[in-house]
Amino acid sequence: MDIIKGNDLVYDYIKYNDEGERMAAVRAIDGVDIDVKPGDFIAILGHNGSGKSTLAKHLNAILTPTKGTLYVDGKDTRDEHKLWEIRQTAGMVFQNPDNQIIGTVVDEDVAFGPENMGLPVEELWARVESALGAVGMWKYRSQSPNKLSGGQKQRVAIAGVVAMQPKCIVLDEPTAMLDPVGRQEVIATVQELNRKHGVTVILITHYMEEAILADRVLVMAGGKVVRQGTPREIFSQVDFMRSQRLDVPQVTRLADELKKAGLDLPDGILTAAELADALEKYRGGE
Amino acid sequence: MLKDITLGQYYPTDSVIHKLDPRVKLLWTLLFIVSLFAFSGISCYIAVTLVLAGLIRISKVPLKFMMKGLRAIFILLLITVIFNLLLTPGTEAFRIWKISVTWEGIRTAAYMAIRLVYLILGSSLMTLTTTPNDLTDGMEKGLRFLKVFHVPVHEIAMMMSIALRFIPILMEETDKIMKAQMARGAEFEEGGLIKKAKGLIPLLVPLFISAFRRANDLAMAMEARGYHGGEGRTKLRPLKYQRRDHIAYLLMLLYIAVMILIRISAPVEHLLGLV
Repeated sequence: MDIIKGNDLVYDYIKYNDEGERMAAVRAIDGVDIDVKPGDFIAILGHNGSGKSTLAKHLNAILTPTKGTLYVDGKDTRDEHKLWEIRQTAGMVFQNPDNQIIGTVVDEDVAFGPENMGLPVEELWARVESALGAVGMWKYRSQSPNKLSGGQKQRVAIAGVVAMQPKCIVLDEPTAMLDPVGRQEVIATVQELNRKHGVTVILITHYMEEAILADRVLVMAGGKVVRQGTPREIFSQVDFMRSQRLDVPQVTRLADELKKAGLDLPDGILTAAELADALEKYRGGE
Repeated sequence: MLKDITLGQYYPTDSVIHKLDPRVKLLWTLLFIVSLFAFSGISCYIAVTLVLAGLIRISKVPLKFMMKGLRAIFILLLITVIFNLLLTPGTEAFRIWKISVTWEGIRTAAYMAIRLVYLILGSSLMTLTTTPNDLTDGMEKGLRFLKVFHVPVHEIAMMMSIALRFIPILMEETDKIMKAQMARGAEFEEGGLIKKAKGLIPLLVPLFISAFRRANDLAMAMEARGYHGGEGRTKLRPLKYQRRDHIAYLLMLLYIAVMILIRISAPVEHLLGLV
């Protein structure tokens, strides 16, 4: 069974004037179909205003669709009685690490979600320990979050979600405010959660280097999913990506330019090693 | 620079008082303050002084640290003493020019001064030995009975702990905005009071906007993590009374009993022949 199944999702942001009357509606998502299988690593790419963050907020039932249906682990997100179950199934990590850490000490913040679930004390500690262990932050457990670096804070935020033992984690541009080192830390953590612990990951990003790690990439524009496929399929369409004002990884672009210049290289080169291999073969073939 | 500000004034040592349950300390402090105002007279104040000195000793907090709290109320203390000295009617003790000072005035002024000083020392003893976190936890659990009167105890405690978490962040932000505005030629130090106050506008407006944005983000993050109020919530570090807490409660009762006894018998007053 699909862990996330959305059919023809539509969401309108409604603007109100000062008298509280409906002024205009802005369609943020427009007929999106999405299905995610357990254990998948999905990346959602898109330019600003493409609706990717709005879609993310639907997966955690923070927003509910104006039209269409969305099932998270078989539960309809419009069903208010299932709200807390859905939020336990699909955890969410936001962009700004400072604005999502609630506790004044690392371990208390990680415990916040499980505390809300009303778990007994021993279970709380067990979960805090395993969650902080999973993101490699156990030794910082009694520190104040203010003393941590951006990447560390974001890992604490991820631990806070992991501690609720969700089947699926939605990360809404978790690395946008981090430096390269922090970005590396966070992405490595996310990858490990996906591979080692089998957590379904939905990563919203605009860094191509992060998207190539996914099993499947969705490209969004104007509230619609305009392309989806494996990273290789998506990034081999260099011209299309650029028409969406999205970048492709530098190496892919270099390979594309070389091809245009007349070199016979395969499509969809994603890493420097692949390009080196392809060039080696090309030279051998000559 | 703003980053280094410590919140509250917690002074970490490993004393018994530090380890006490915050609820015990809250109730003790409350009763101590009440006792300051309920029992007066030289005997009572001597007893209170001994108790307070003993507690400070046990807490291992240096006296110098305790005195810091007094600096803040120095002006208040001065005004209280002067007004009591000059405005209390009674038998005249001495007279400077047209101002007369009465025996009663001297006594009330002295009592008021002692009460104020002890009140500050007593409450700083609590804040110095209790982390802000423990304090909010203690209040949440200790004041739970107020729920009957529809006081949102859990929500207030949650607000306090969120405030504690965000004060350093907002401080840092203030620092950043100040520098950004200074880079554009804003002056924060120049001019008189009014000009300085006006100068704060370009600092406060962005700070408020950012605070609201943060609040919005935080509320969403809390909901995403299943927060739905205090109902059915458990705690990672639940407050549990230990043996020492029960002993502290017993000592509190003993303290009150002794104070009542001293108030009635007034031994020092008898000794000095004041009664």
